[in-house]
Amino acid sequence: MRATSTSQVKTARHNPALSESPVVKWILISIALLFIIVVLILPLITVFQQAFRKGFDVYVAAITEPNALAAIRLTIITALIAVPLNTIFGIAAAWAITKFKFRGKQVLVSLIDLPFAISPVIAGLIFVLLFGAQGFLGPWLIEHNMPIIFAVPGVVIATIFVTFPFVARELIPIMQAQGNSEEEAAVCLGASGWTIFRKVTLPNIKWGLLYGIILCNARAMGEFGAVSVVSGHIRGETNTIPLHVEILYNEYQFAAAFAVASLLVLLAFVTLIVKSIAERKHELSLRESLTDGGE
Amino acid sequence: MYVEVKQLVKKFGNHVASDHVSFGIEKGKLVGFLGPSGGGKTTILRMLAGLDHPDSGEIYINGQLVNDVPPQKRGIGFVFQNYALFRHMTVYDNIAFGLVVQKRKKPEIERRVSELIELTGLKGLEKRYPNQLSGGQRQRVAFARALAPEPHLLLLDEPFAAIDAKVRKELRAWLRSTIERIGITTIFVTHDQEEAVEVADEIMIINRGRIEQKGSPYEIYKNPQTPFVAGFIGESTLLEDPSSLYGFEDVIPGTKAIVRPEYVEVGLKGEVSIPSAAQLGTVESVFFRGDSWQVNVRIGDHVVSAYRSLEKKPLKANDEVLVLIHRLYIFNHEQSCIMENSRRKELFSYSI
Repeated sequence: MRATSTSQVKTARHNPALSESPVVKWILISIALLFIIVVLILPLITVFQQAFRKGFDVYVAAITEPNALAAIRLTIITALIAVPLNTIFGIAAAWAITKFKFRGKQVLVSLIDLPFAISPVIAGLIFVLLFGAQGFLGPWLIEHNMPIIFAVPGVVIATIFVTFPFVARELIPIMQAQGNSEEEAAVCLGASGWTIFRKVTLPNIKWGLLYGIILCNARAMGEFGAVSVVSGHIRGETNTIPLHVEILYNEYQFAAAFAVASLLVLLAFVTLIVKSIAERKHELSLRESLTDGGE
Repeated sequence: MYVEVKQLVKKFGNHVASDHVSFGIEKGKLVGFLGPSGGGKTTILRMLAGLDHPDSGEIYINGQLVNDVPPQKRGIGFVFQNYALFRHMTVYDNIAFGLVVQKRKKPEIERRVSELIELTGLKGLEKRYPNQLSGGQRQRVAFARALAPEPHLLLLDEPFAAIDAKVRKELRAWLRSTIERIGITTIFVTHDQEEAVEVADEIMIINRGRIEQKGSPYEIYKNPQTPFVAGFIGESTLLEDPSSLYGFEDVIPGTKAIVRPEYVEVGLKGEVSIPSAAQLGTVESVFFRGDSWQVNVRIGDHVVSAYRSLEKKPLKANDEVLVLIHRLYIFNHEQSCIMENSRRKELFSYSI
């Protein structure tokens, strides 16, 4: 879908019949630009401006303060668990959906989208109801000294839930476009399932996969709603970076709040850069597979 | 029989792709599955390769029942319609894939791949990727890749469908001579009768999941057993009630027949070989075919086609002509026979 939209942009540029007068063109461009400046660029500048308002030392102190470091550590740990798990799940789901015929496939496709459809707060509440002290499994878990809610496992589980569609969503269209014929060819040449995956499927989907992993990671590190419900906001223990920012902000420590927030903004920049590279490659391979199929 | 198939059935929902199909193929033969799209040819081919599983029936390859043998272990080379080349691998790596998977020694792989590159005329293209190749080159890569692990049976699914008409003719001749040189048992699927006739030793006409007829291209052409086969191979016109035609009064009324243009003579007085067996007709239309004229003539309720030499005087619409039909193919309840013009007294030769 992304590939077609860019190719349409290209046709509009080349086809004079589809282009508007310069006035219309510049009005549209200015509106888009103005909107981006007000909604995106100004807030981003503000984040850094506020972060450094009291000087560089305060900035560094805010980031290296023990609670901040704990929040950063937990965020990274959560992402390190959630992203690989969802990557494996995403590949398995996309593989099952695009390479096999089975009953209930449409239901599975809809279920994968469920975390997108549900508000993250509700997602968090679901886990409180399941694993909380008054919940379904909660008393048993607490009895066996395995608390999930208001503890690190809850944060990890909520993050996995929220970020679970990203990889599968990226892979399904590209794998559908590529079809099964290369895998069938490999089977006829004597390759086992694992060899086929490693040597044929994976190289064909690698850019789409990377793109999905990056999106998944960005969301895993930035998730607020669901994590906020299950974490309990215990300082130095169950706070992730977004939760830590909120606490600092509520305590009127604006400079510190924005300093920690700037870390997430930096993460966003890195994500954006890697994403645009992966996206370009991903589109290229998608378009290639479409033209191959259309011959 | 090297390949033997017994009572093969495969259904996709309500669509019967293979309806109790049975056949045998001798070792070393080059067989063409010919029929309209959706007739079940590709499904049968895929079942032979193990890519689809039959609902019932048995497949024997070299005397061994292979129904439950996975495709990896069948030792079959398969060339796909769109070639299915590995897009992220070079020509060399594509061809080497089957050997690498078998964990052959490196020098052996190198020797075999260069041998195949030589055979398929791909020298100099080893480092190219599939999207940098022409359709004909891709087909050759797919062919070389399928042959690399030395399969005993080669299956080709519409091998020429994705190639320009010009290159197609050339590739056909090349493929045929290459397969003959290697001596591998080969089955290919096509919907193009010209292709089947030109390439195959033996043709199986497949329609609606059944084999309508099998035999050499010449046998099938000379002696089609069903109206479908007659219509599919060669040019023909269907006649609803041929008993009104001169020389075919003995045909039981109500049977169908087809007539091929090669067996119809159309000419002015003095041009037809046996005037006593000919009847009058009116030219409906005339088309230039490149090497002759195609003349469509009306005789009563029937319209038949004939070819006319460019040497003779050109005909035009509404000309009165003599029409001599030498031979009809009569079909009566799936039984077919050839019927000669009964007014023809002696053997003779004629030319268009």
